[in-house]
Amino acid sequence: MPPRDSPPKRNMLNRSALLMLPAFVMLAIVFLVPLGWFFAQTLFVNTDPTGLWSQITDVLTSRAMLQAIITTNWISLVVTATVLLMGYPIAYYLANRNGLRFTLVVFCIVVPYFTSIIVRTYSWMVLLGRTGLINHALQSAGMIDSPLPLLYNKTSIVIGMTYVLLPYMVLTLFAAMKSIDRNLLLAARGMGASGPMIFWRVYLPLSLHGVISGALIVFILSIGFFITPALMGGPSDVMVAMLIERSVEITLDWTSASVMSLFLLAVTLVLYAIYYRVTDVRRLMGA
Amino acid sequence: MGSAVTQPPLSGSGKGALELDGIIKRYGDERVVDAVSATIRPGEFFSLLGPSGSGKTTTLMMIAGFVAPDGGAIRVDGADLTHVPPQRRGLGMVFQNYAIFPHLNVFENVAFPLRARHVAEAELRQRVTGALELVRLDRFAQRFARQLSGGQQQRVAIARAIVFHPSIVLMDEPLGALDKNLRYEMQVEIKDIQQRLGMTVVYVTHDQEEAMNMSDRIAIMNRGRIEQLGPPGEIYEHPTNEFVARFLGEANVIEGTLETVARDEALLRMRDGTALRARLGRNATPGRAASLFVRPEKLAFGAGGDGNTVTGTVRRRSFLGSMIRTVIEVGSGTHLTVDLANLGDGGGPEVGASVSVCWPVAHSMILLD
Repeated sequence: MPPRDSPPKRNMLNRSALLMLPAFVMLAIVFLVPLGWFFAQTLFVNTDPTGLWSQITDVLTSRAMLQAIITTNWISLVVTATVLLMGYPIAYYLANRNGLRFTLVVFCIVVPYFTSIIVRTYSWMVLLGRTGLINHALQSAGMIDSPLPLLYNKTSIVIGMTYVLLPYMVLTLFAAMKSIDRNLLLAARGMGASGPMIFWRVYLPLSLHGVISGALIVFILSIGFFITPALMGGPSDVMVAMLIERSVEITLDWTSASVMSLFLLAVTLVLYAIYYRVTDVRRLMGA
Repeated sequence: MGSAVTQPPLSGSGKGALELDGIIKRYGDERVVDAVSATIRPGEFFSLLGPSGSGKTTTLMMIAGFVAPDGGAIRVDGADLTHVPPQRRGLGMVFQNYAIFPHLNVFENVAFPLRARHVAEAELRQRVTGALELVRLDRFAQRFARQLSGGQQQRVAIARAIVFHPSIVLMDEPLGALDKNLRYEMQVEIKDIQQRLGMTVVYVTHDQEEAMNMSDRIAIMNRGRIEQLGPPGEIYEHPTNEFVARFLGEANVIEGTLETVARDEALLRMRDGTALRARLGRNATPGRAASLFVRPEKLAFGAGGDGNTVTGTVRRRSFLGSMIRTVIEVGSGTHLTVDLANLGDGGGPEVGASVSVCWPVAHSMILLD
């Protein structure tokens, strides 16, 4: 017999698509048009078109940019791995609990999600600073003589970003884990599988699409991160988004800013295309 | 692969005796399984049959080890398994919705129990191939569940349950999701595999035909208890109460009062005064309320010599294909159903006709509830 289920085709040209019109118009006015105008202005109007290509390669191969790309990738990878390792057990806990404990943990995950990133970043600075809570406590306890350098380095960036991005990973993993048929785990147990075998051979493979989706979304968000690394990083920890900001605000080199922005946008879009392929977005939204 | 690699038959091994000793499961105040006892013999096909909520699935889950009993004991070949975790019970299990691992192909699904037991690769290949041949899926080893039909997925689940040669296989409504024709086909196939391997099967179903077709013995469950336990023919012909009579097949139940009681026969007086005779299974005192049970296919039109005869009016006729069902109102609001084989002769009287219906005494029983 032939396999059945092919999903019904969605006709986007029906009248309910009109419901999205206000949002689309808004997005076009405040995002697409200014962005296009910025790129056009900086690259084609204010720049000699013949030298455009060399300008692009110059910006992208400059020492500052290469260093920023390496820093961005490294921090993003470490953050993604940390968030995954921390998020997986939390999501597993949530997927297997209900009632008060479930509500409590979801509350703890979701409330920061709705809190301003700046507020959250500053609270980490209060904790990690030279005279911050941690150093103060350690010194009072006599465990250290001089304050530990907890802030203004890569570690503090990773701590801050991990905290901000954890909810994205947990919620993505939770959705994937909730969709695992519990009967499959019972069946595995009934067939003689030990706990570790059930995890490695059944649970992890079945939650893998959630791992990939979560890792991609966290990585995508990481490479464009600005506030947390800007506030918590040291002078040598410059990420791509910070380099763009410096070009705009300090060196007033808008052409370079434009090239770097386009580059970041292109990388993000490519990663998002991969994300879209692995993640059934419609299923995540419960359709 | 040739047919040389087939399963060694287990018949005669004498393994696979299962004893349920008064097992109890409570959810809150309710006893969903209430002191169920049964001794299931090695190589027996044993069905738990009952309506939804009767406790049959909970009973099976306790045997499997997924639900912990609140009382009683479960023994396999004399060994107490009541508190042994499911992964160490060594029972085969077929789930209602198959529970095929979607990320593994057919071969790896069937190999799963063997991998859990660290069976060497060469032997594993041989056994999986053998199990797949047995369910006629050897050509589908590399497919995934989503590429298989419902019947094929069912076969994967069966192959997976038998591949490690368990002496007992538990099946939880395995054919529930299949359409009627395929169901019958699979019943025959499951029964055939069970007999070839000589394994004990505990089978949960709410489908009475399925249970009768496959089982050596059936336990009819209702409200957490076993109402009656025996071979299909015995339960069908000699139900001990009205629930069993009505649950397993169609039943006529006529209410009345016991008038005289002899050794194994009694006289029941209907409310309209008609006297009927029937077999009596157990002792009863005259004068108490009772009912008479007779299957629709045991009834015939016309007056019948020394049997029971009642008269009434035909109220409804239904054409059921292989038979014609006639409903007759016999005094005092009692309705009798008569099933006649469709022999192509029109099959009995028309609606509105006055008729006599008769049946032999030996085919009717007194039920005391």
